[in-house]
Amino acid sequence: MSDHHHAHGHGHDHGHGHGHHDHDELHAHGSFKDYTIGFILSVILTAIPFWLVMTHQLAPGTTKFVILGFAAVQVVVHMVYFLHMNSKSEGGWNMMALILTAILLFIVLTGSIWVMYHMNANMMPNMGNDGGSVHGMHDMQ
Amino acid sequence: MSEINVTHAGAASADPSSRYYVREHHPENGTLLGFWIYLMSDCLIFACLFATYAVLGRNYAGGPSGAEIFELPTVALNTAFLLFSSITYGFAMLAAQKKNVKGTLVWLAITGVLGACFLYLELDEFAHLIHEGYGPWRSGFLTAFFSLVGTHGLHVTFGIVWLVTLMFQVGKHGIHAANYRRLACLSMFWHFLDVIWIGVFTYVYLMGVLP
Repeated sequence: MSDHHHAHGHGHDHGHGHGHHDHDELHAHGSFKDYTIGFILSVILTAIPFWLVMTHQLAPGTTKFVILGFAAVQVVVHMVYFLHMNSKSEGGWNMMALILTAILLFIVLTGSIWVMYHMNANMMPNMGNDGGSVHGMHDMQ
Repeated sequence: MSEINVTHAGAASADPSSRYYVREHHPENGTLLGFWIYLMSDCLIFACLFATYAVLGRNYAGGPSGAEIFELPTVALNTAFLLFSSITYGFAMLAAQKKNVKGTLVWLAITGVLGACFLYLELDEFAHLIHEGYGPWRSGFLTAFFSLVGTHGLHVTFGIVWLVTLMFQVGKHGIHAANYRRLACLSMFWHFLDVIWIGVFTYVYLMGVLP
C-alpha cells in the first residue's frame, strides 16, 4: 500500500503537542494524559451508580434518573477521551455520522418505548399494563 | 490504494510521458472513517436490542425478576475488567505510536486476558441461569436479557479473536502503517464495546434490581 507517500497536510494534532513528524504515517491516537483522565473519570462515574444502587442511598425513582445521568456523562467521557471524538476528526465526517446515529437512536428508542407502552395501556384493558397480572401470577407461585 | 498509474492502452511502449498520474483525493484515513460508520450501524443494532429490553424487560411471565437473579458484585467486577481493558488498550496504542513492538504486544496481551476474564464471568452467569432453568425461553425479560447481553458478549469474543490475530501480525511484521491502521480500528471497536457496556450495566443490571 502507498499510504506513507502522502503529504500530511491535515489538522490531526489533537492539540497535545504530539507532532510525530519523524514517522508521520502514524497518526496520534490520544496521549497518556488523555487516557489517564478518561480512565479516572470513568472509574468515578462507574463507582457512584453502583454505590447508589447497592447501598440504597436514594429513593428508587430518583436513583433511576441519577444513574441514567451518570451513564450519559460517562458515554461522553469515553467518546472524547478513548474514541478521540472531536468535530475535526476525518474532516468532521465522524461527527456527522455520530449525529445521524444519535438521531436514529433517539427515534428508535423513544418511538419503540412510546408506542409499546401505549399499546400495553390501550389494547389490553383487562390485563393491566406493565405486567400487573403477571406479577400476580408470580406471587402465587 | 491511493495512487493509480494509468497507462494508455495504445501507448504501452516505454515512453514515460504517455503515462499520467492520478492521485485520488479521499479523506485521510478513509479506513478509519469507514470503520466508524460500521460502528455506528452496530450501535443501531444495540439500540434495537435496548429498545426490545425496554419493552420486554419487566415481562417476567411468572419467572424471576432482575432483582432476583442479578448479582451486582459480579457485574461490578465485570465492569472493572472491561474498564481496565480499555485503558490497557490505550497503552498498547501509545506503545504502537512509538513503534515499540514489545510494549504493544505486552499491553495487547493484558487487554486480551482482561477481555477473557470478562467473558468467563459472563458465560458463568449465563450457565448458572440456564442451569437454574432461567434460560432465554423462560420469559420475555430473559429473552431480551440474553439477546442484548449475549450480543455484546459475542462482540467481545470477536474482538479477542481480532486482537490475537493482530498480535501475530505485529509480532511477525512489526508496526508499519497498515498494522497501525488495524490497531487503530480495533481500538475503536474495543472502546465502542465499553461504551455499549455502560448502557448495559446501567440500564439492565442497575435499573433491573431497582423496584
